[in-house]
Order: sequence, then C-alpha cells, then structure tokens
Amino acid sequence: MVIFGTALLAACYLAGVVIGEGIAALIGVKANVGGVGIAMLLLIAAQHYLQKRGMFPVDTAKGVTFWAMMYIPVVVAMAATQNVIVAARSGPIALLSAAGAFAICIVFISLINRVIERAHIASAALEPVSDDHDPASDLSVAPDHR
Amino acid sequence: MLHMLEKTVLDNPLVAAFAFVGAVIWVSNLLGRHLTGGRVAGSAIAIIVGLALAYWGGAVTGKTKGLADVAQFGGLALMGGAMMRDFTIVATASEVHVDEAKKAGWLGFLALVLGTVLPFIVGVGVAYAYGHRDPVTLTTIGAGAVTYIVGPITGAAIGASSDVIALSIATGVVKAILVMIFTPVFARFMRLNNPQAAMVFGGLAGTVSGVSAGLAATDRRLVPYGALVATFHTGFGCLLGPSILFLAVKALFG
Repeated sequence: MVIFGTALLAACYLAGVVIGEGIAALIGVKANVGGVGIAMLLLIAAQHYLQKRGMFPVDTAKGVTFWAMMYIPVVVAMAATQNVIVAARSGPIALLSAAGAFAICIVFISLINRVIERAHIASAALEPVSDDHDPASDLSVAPDHR
Repeated sequence: MLHMLEKTVLDNPLVAAFAFVGAVIWVSNLLGRHLTGGRVAGSAIAIIVGLALAYWGGAVTGKTKGLADVAQFGGLALMGGAMMRDFTIVATASEVHVDEAKKAGWLGFLALVLGTVLPFIVGVGVAYAYGHRDPVTLTTIGAGAVTYIVGPITGAAIGASSDVIALSIATGVVKAILVMIFTPVFARFMRLNNPQAAMVFGGLAGTVSGVSAGLAATDRRLVPYGALVATFHTGFGCLLGPSILFLAVKALFG
C-alpha cells in the first residue's frame, strides 16, 4: 500500500531530525546538525533492507517516489516565499559578501570538479534529459564514456 | 461568484497552493520550450518566476514571506516551508545510487569545510573593508555569508546587536538567491554533470535552499547528492561560527 512508503519516509525523516537534534545537544550547537542528511541515509538503508527481503513492492515505492517528484514544485513554492525584498534592498555589505562568497565557491567547485574528473573519481557525465523524463531509469542505464 | 471563489481559495490554502504552483510550472515549461527553444529548463524559469512573485508579494504587503503574505497565496508558506522542503529532499534519497555517493564521501567533507571557511573569510573581509572593526560584528556578518541560519545563530550566541543580525540574515538570503539563479548559468563551468560533482557543489555552495533550487534547475537527478552534503552545512557552520571562527577573528582583530 502507498501509505506504507510514505509512512516509511516520514519515520526516516522524524528519526533523522531527532538524531540531528541529539547531536546538536551533545556538541552544544543551537541548530539541527545534519538531521535531513541522516534521514536520507536511513531511508536509503531501510529501502535497501526491505528490497532485499522482497518487502518493498511497487505500491510502497510509489509512496516515496511521489514525494521525490513533488520536490521541484515545493522548491518553486519555496522560491515564491523568499524574502526577496530584503535581498534586493540590502546594502553593499550584504550584496558584496554574498556575491563574493558565491564567486569564490564557484571557482573552487570548478577547480575540484576538474581535478576529480581528471583523476576519474567522478562518474561520467549524465546523459542530457528532457524535463518530463522518468528519473527511475537514470544512472543505472547511462553508458560509461570513460 | 468571484467572492465565492475567493472564499474557497482562502478556506483551502494548501490545495490552492498546489493548483497555483502547477500553473506556474506549466507556464514556465511552455516559456522554456517555445521562448528559449528548450535551452533554459522549465524548472529554472519556474524558480525565477517564484522569486519575482515573492518580490511582488513583499512589495505589496511589506512583510517577509514573499507571495505567501498575500492572503490568497498563504498556502505557499506551508507548501514551500522547511517541513515540506526537507520531507521531499529526504524522499529524493530513494533515487540515490549508494556506490556513487560512497565514492565522494571524503570529498563532500572537504567541500563542507571549504564551503564554511571561504564564505566566512569573504564576509569578514567585506565588513572590514566597510569600516567594521568589532570582532562580534565581523564574525556575525561572516557567518551570514555562510547561510542565513548560521548568521543569526552565531550572532545570537556571541551577543551581536539586532541590526547586525539583520544584516547577516540579508547576506545569507542574497547568497541563497544568487545560488538559485546562477547555478544553472555556471553549471558547465563548474562541471556540474555527475553525482560526485554535485556533492562537491552541495558542500561548497552550502545554503540548502540555494543548493536544492539550483540543482533542481540544473538537473533534478543531481539533487539528492548535493542535498545529502548541503544538509550538514548549516549544522557545521553553527558549530564553527561561534567557536573556532569567532576566536580566530578575535585573535586577528580583537
């Protein structure tokens, strides 16, 4: 049933956030430390475990993938609720530090990614896809160009 | 008739938001396909449209939550809030290929360290150039250049004044929006076309909202890899900001 997938997702989410809060309390930080990342790892592990035992039928998977597909719409809604005014009207300090920070990060990302591409740490580039492509069929079928 | 429609929308904010966002994405896909010949992804246009609408909403209401402050669009706050954002990010993990992620775990950590320290240095440098000499102010603005959550949390922890905290939030928000808009533009330059590169990007660009929207606009298959690293960014920044980074600034300028 679809709800089992969504419930599994919700359980992993909540467990991850609780663990993140726990780590934060342990090291004395006032923000959740990696809760969402931990939740992602839990979901990957749970899904793997259930799949191996044949306890993750297509219907259950749909309860997870629906929310994964809702990701972009949610991000569009998030964009529409940003405080763009404060960003646009902020003074030169905010603008320059933000732009400078992003610029220097772009340079480092480019540098590191070129190095790992050369060193073959990175996988081959993904095949280009159209907007309404089915993500379930990706990566595993992408040919290796190396 | 119009009154009834308005009442229905006001009574069902989340459902209205689903319909509205669907319409925005539909229009954006049409624009992407016909106006740019498919060169700009529909999702990138949709995110820019969202930001433009947020500007309009903020200008009309004078409040902080963009279009969601306009009563008819209140549901966007729930749909685009941190809960739904994080819930759907976790769901994208179902598309992660474990071997791909394993290859770059250490790279993700390196990117995380650089992604915290580099923006911090830039933020401190700019604040210094504008005449700030107080270590608390310098640290708070530097932390804001990491993310808009690290800024205020660091500021509060080391006792910054509210206008400095507001400035650091503004810095973080500007950065998130720049990342959203310019990630697809610089994707080719950053070699952002494989899972490992996305993890490096997630750690260095940091800010979850920026990374998630930027990757969504570039290639949605990269989202989980970038997000996996980026979600550690805020916690990591909040850990370093009021401690090591503040002490370093104090030692240099104090």
